[in-house]
Amino acid sequence: MSAIDANDLLNTIWIVPALPLLGAIVLLFGGRRIGDPRSGWIATGLLFAAFIWSVVMFAALLNLPEESRHNTVNLFTWLEAGALKVDLGFLADPLSIIWILLVTGVGSLIHLYAIGYMHTDPNFGRFFAYFNLFAASMLVLVLASSFLVTFLGWEGVGLCSYLLVGFWSERRRASTASVKAFVTNRVGDFGFMLAMFFIVGALGSLDYAAMSSKAAGMAQSTATAIALLLFLACIGKSAQIGLHIWLPDAMEGPTPVSALIHAATMVTAGVFLVCRAAPFFERSGDAMTVVAVFGAITALLAGTVALVQPDIKRVLAYSTISQLGYMFVAAGVGAYSAAVFFVLVHAFYKATLFLGAGTVIHGTDDEQDIRHLGGLRKYLPFTGVAFIIAWMSISGVPPLAGFWAKDAVLASAFYAGNYFVYAVGLSAVALTAMYMGRETLLVFFGNERFHPAVSAAGATASTTQVLETTAPEPLVAVVTEPQRAHEHDATASPTVDFGTDPSPEHLSGNPQEGTRVMIVPVLILATFAIFAGLLDLPFTKLEFLNAFLEPVFAGFYTPEPTSFVSALILDVVAVLVVGIGIWIAYKTYGKGLDSTKPDPITKRLGRLGRLFGNAWYYDKFVSAAVGGPIRKASQWLSDVFDLKVIDGAVNGVAHLVVVAARNMRRIQTGLVRQYAIGIVLGTVLLLLYALALVGG
Amino acid sequence: MMSDLGFPILTALIATPIVGALAVLCTPSKRPEISRAVAILTAAATLGFALWLLAEFEAGVGGFQFVEEARWFDALGVGYIVGVDGFSIFMVVITALLFPIGMVASANIGRRVKEYMFWFLLLEGAIMGIFLSLDLIAFFVFWEAMLVPMYFLISGWGSAKRAYASMKFFIYTALGSAFLLAAIVALGFLHQADTGLLTFDYRVLAEWDGLAGGTEKWLFLGFMAAFAIKAPLFPFHTWLPDVHTEAPTAGSVVLAGVILKMGAYGFLRFSFELFPSASVYFAPLIMTMAVIGIVYGSIVAAMQRDAKRLIAFSSVAHMGFILLGIFSITVFGLDGAAFSMVSHPLTTGSLFLVIGMLYERRHTRDIDAFGGIWRSAPILTTLFMIAMFAGIGLPGFSGFIGEFLSILGAFIAHRWWGVVATIGVVLGAVYMLWMFQRVFTGVPNEENAKVKDVNLREIAVVAPLLLISLFIGIHPSPVLDRIEPTARRVINNFEQKTDYGQPDADRVPSPSEIAEEKEKIEQYDTEGPSSPHEDVPK
Repeated sequence: MSAIDANDLLNTIWIVPALPLLGAIVLLFGGRRIGDPRSGWIATGLLFAAFIWSVVMFAALLNLPEESRHNTVNLFTWLEAGALKVDLGFLADPLSIIWILLVTGVGSLIHLYAIGYMHTDPNFGRFFAYFNLFAASMLVLVLASSFLVTFLGWEGVGLCSYLLVGFWSERRRASTASVKAFVTNRVGDFGFMLAMFFIVGALGSLDYAAMSSKAAGMAQSTATAIALLLFLACIGKSAQIGLHIWLPDAMEGPTPVSALIHAATMVTAGVFLVCRAAPFFERSGDAMTVVAVFGAITALLAGTVALVQPDIKRVLAYSTISQLGYMFVAAGVGAYSAAVFFVLVHAFYKATLFLGAGTVIHGTDDEQDIRHLGGLRKYLPFTGVAFIIAWMSISGVPPLAGFWAKDAVLASAFYAGNYFVYAVGLSAVALTAMYMGRETLLVFFGNERFHPAVSAAGATASTTQVLETTAPEPLVAVVTEPQRAHEHDATASPTVDFGTDPSPEHLSGNPQEGTRVMIVPVLILATFAIFAGLLDLPFTKLEFLNAFLEPVFAGFYTPEPTSFVSALILDVVAVLVVGIGIWIAYKTYGKGLDSTKPDPITKRLGRLGRLFGNAWYYDKFVSAAVGGPIRKASQWLSDVFDLKVIDGAVNGVAHLVVVAARNMRRIQTGLVRQYAIGIVLGTVLLLLYALALVGG
Repeated sequence: MMSDLGFPILTALIATPIVGALAVLCTPSKRPEISRAVAILTAAATLGFALWLLAEFEAGVGGFQFVEEARWFDALGVGYIVGVDGFSIFMVVITALLFPIGMVASANIGRRVKEYMFWFLLLEGAIMGIFLSLDLIAFFVFWEAMLVPMYFLISGWGSAKRAYASMKFFIYTALGSAFLLAAIVALGFLHQADTGLLTFDYRVLAEWDGLAGGTEKWLFLGFMAAFAIKAPLFPFHTWLPDVHTEAPTAGSVVLAGVILKMGAYGFLRFSFELFPSASVYFAPLIMTMAVIGIVYGSIVAAMQRDAKRLIAFSSVAHMGFILLGIFSITVFGLDGAAFSMVSHPLTTGSLFLVIGMLYERRHTRDIDAFGGIWRSAPILTTLFMIAMFAGIGLPGFSGFIGEFLSILGAFIAHRWWGVVATIGVVLGAVYMLWMFQRVFTGVPNEENAKVKDVNLREIAVVAPLLLISLFIGIHPSPVLDRIEPTARRVINNFEQKTDYGQPDADRVPSPSEIAEEKEKIEQYDTEGPSSPHEDVPK
């Protein structure tokens, strides 16, 4: 294949987002008729086709000489006004190609899983329409050749996130969470829009090409302003500290949504944007420090919150926030390829964890309270294995993928000389191993706490008895759908808040493993969670990803290890920290939990435990401010200021006129005709005045 | 200059609805279906003329096209002059589009159909006259004439507090008009005193620059009184929620869609070219009021319990964006404002139509009385949702293009006004999504569970508006290509007549600059990014 051929081929990259978009349109109109599960297969098939095409695009790009691995195709002019011209254009370069492989690849697997998970949902077709629309938007976001087109995708994924978080719209918590997600993201969009205004002002163009050629020559203060405003958008989309409050609530969406949107892809859009807009961040310098520090603090704080949550999905949500923090640490110290590497690896193990959690929830009739689970390995063998692998990977146990990714990030921070960020990141590593250990052990190991008898008997000792009574009839338990002892309200959310006691409801049957469409994707993802480290091993000639991304970040400073020994020492330290984390988790939760007693870690942490559990009271504070003083002030503005002051003034003037008229009696008929005459008379008077003005 | 069509198309646009109105009067009162048919046919014919005009309208021309002139009151210098340019063409098309839609949406109007249709067509004729007149007196006549049918529509077919609302509308806007008339007459006479010619021909007056600075400011304020109330500019907005709430659905659609735009149009068309120095002088004041309107309108909207009142306050915010764009006095801003004037009728019109459908089903507009409509009426919900996202400026829909360009213009001219206006973009999501949540999500109670989904007629009424919004959101060029030459003409006029200069970022680069730019990009394409930060300390 010659170079020209490759460029021609790359001009067809628009097919990648077009395929899922087609699916979205078809399913939006015909989803109900096409039905369950065919809609799901169509959506999955189209996204998988997009994945195939992405692979072709990847091959085409590899066929180009390294320094010319970028190709822009403009479909048409989107916006042309004044001196600004923005094409609907797609840019294929190593950065965007990596991301489309991720979105279509992991996306197809999660789509496949959702066919099983969403089975029997009355709005099955609509779900897959939204799911495909999300994939299309995300692909537009990363393939864009300009900030405005990225913004198109950026808002598109925000819309789909809103639609999917609130998918079970009859659940009040779900609809509230969806609004919160959209509005919080809009706060970030405020930054994105202002950044674009600045860019138009400074560069006269929103194209990435213009940025690359001109950013280095612009004033540093302008670059800092642009970079920080863009980072505000990233804080929103990637749920970094300050605007993170929407992501835990977004867990109200169906679990495949959490896996695809709120773990693997959409929330990494912020990391993508920092990488894409790297010239601004690099020109600014200060902005990069801000990014790294924000990332590190987020990684640590979110880790503390994850440590004590009782909800299986909330632990993962805070974990995602924490992990996103690592990605920003990497980008902030200039290790862009380490950031991308982390995005990829995180997508694999976090998708495994979320889908695994989904299978647990699905197989236990919506049980999300980890205090109510336990010993599930036995009933969900495949899911159990996958989940345990992903736990090891996210904790950073060598030689799993997570180890290499985390190592790359922490080492970069260290070699960049940012020791504060390194130290904070390292302590978050211990937390990661602990909270994931706690969740995995409580769900898949230890005593089985989902049987009614456990809480009735009130002691761990009775567990064995229960096992004996239920064990002889496993066939029945496997065949019948698991059900709660008490019929629960389908419109109530199964989310478990910190501080609530375990509900008295329990399963009547045994937990069930997912169907084949659910098991296969989880196992594939878990395999990647083991081996994805091979993408970018920290040895010369094995840094495939780094080398591939090189042309995108050419010319920027990258932190490099000073010596092999120092790198080895860093690794050993990291592994030790991981070991300590896992050991503490095992000591505390290895045998399960006595569900009549409070969570041991929370108890031992005391007041700190409550602080962590309540997410540092930040969300509560924001809600109280919005629901309290801000709402009161708005109400006053509406009910008093607008009605009494402004409109009162208007009506007051009118009233005075009426009173005056009443005194003159003759005009007091109240008919419009009379008023009209009055107006005409008044006009004539004004006319006369005007004439006098002219005459004088 | 007779139009090239050999057919007085602009006159036809004004006259067809008026003739149709008279024809409706001749239909028998006992056969409402005949009145209805005649009216809809007339509106459809008008739409046909408008589309023909749009097809024949030459893009890339900034001046007036299809101008028709006739003598009227020579002694007073009043003539009948009509013409169309980039600012008015789309207002004409939108007007012609909304009226037949409003009529079809008025299927539930059961009583006095004949009268209703009569007033409705008369209103259309008057509005066409406003957007097409190039003689100030003729413009004023149409401006005032519009009030009468609107008054009767609200007071005759509105809801509970219609008498109060219609009266408030009439008196408040007529008050503004009084100042407008005085200013028009004074302008005419001042021109006569200076040049000896008494005329109210807008084109002649716009060419003339014999106004003293102080007088120009006073006259600007006279025009502004009428336009600011109509737009409405904060704090002259309080008539709007009352009127919107009480007006029948079609009335609200037309009110939000075109009547509010008349104020913005007035500024663009008349204030700018007649009083350029005063416009520049007052621009910061009006931008400030516009920005307050954006934020204030959004906050107050969030607190409304009545769905129509909420949309009404959202219109205050949206009109704030439009006025902000206009008074940024940049090509971006004017493009954005004129574009929003096309977009806002589509999105807000759709919202009013869907709210109207809900009102017909539940006989309440109280947001808290609803809930769970999604389950009972999924298609209706989808229509509302699309209209909502189109309205809050989701890229891909028309609302975004208008807002983006308007704020961009403001940002470049006066940075902080742009920043505050962008807050409005955040707030826009708050009040709309919150209302959506309360009305459509949740579990429906008994009454809400009985709400019927939309029928085909109802879909046909809303869908075209949303499709157009989507189309021009993805492909705005057909609209912008026709607006921009006029925007440039207006900006050039400013730069010639005053010492105003457009901010740099919005200046169109010279050919040599473009060539240089291209070279740089090509260089990037072939060589990859140059190493940009050799000189940046790490």
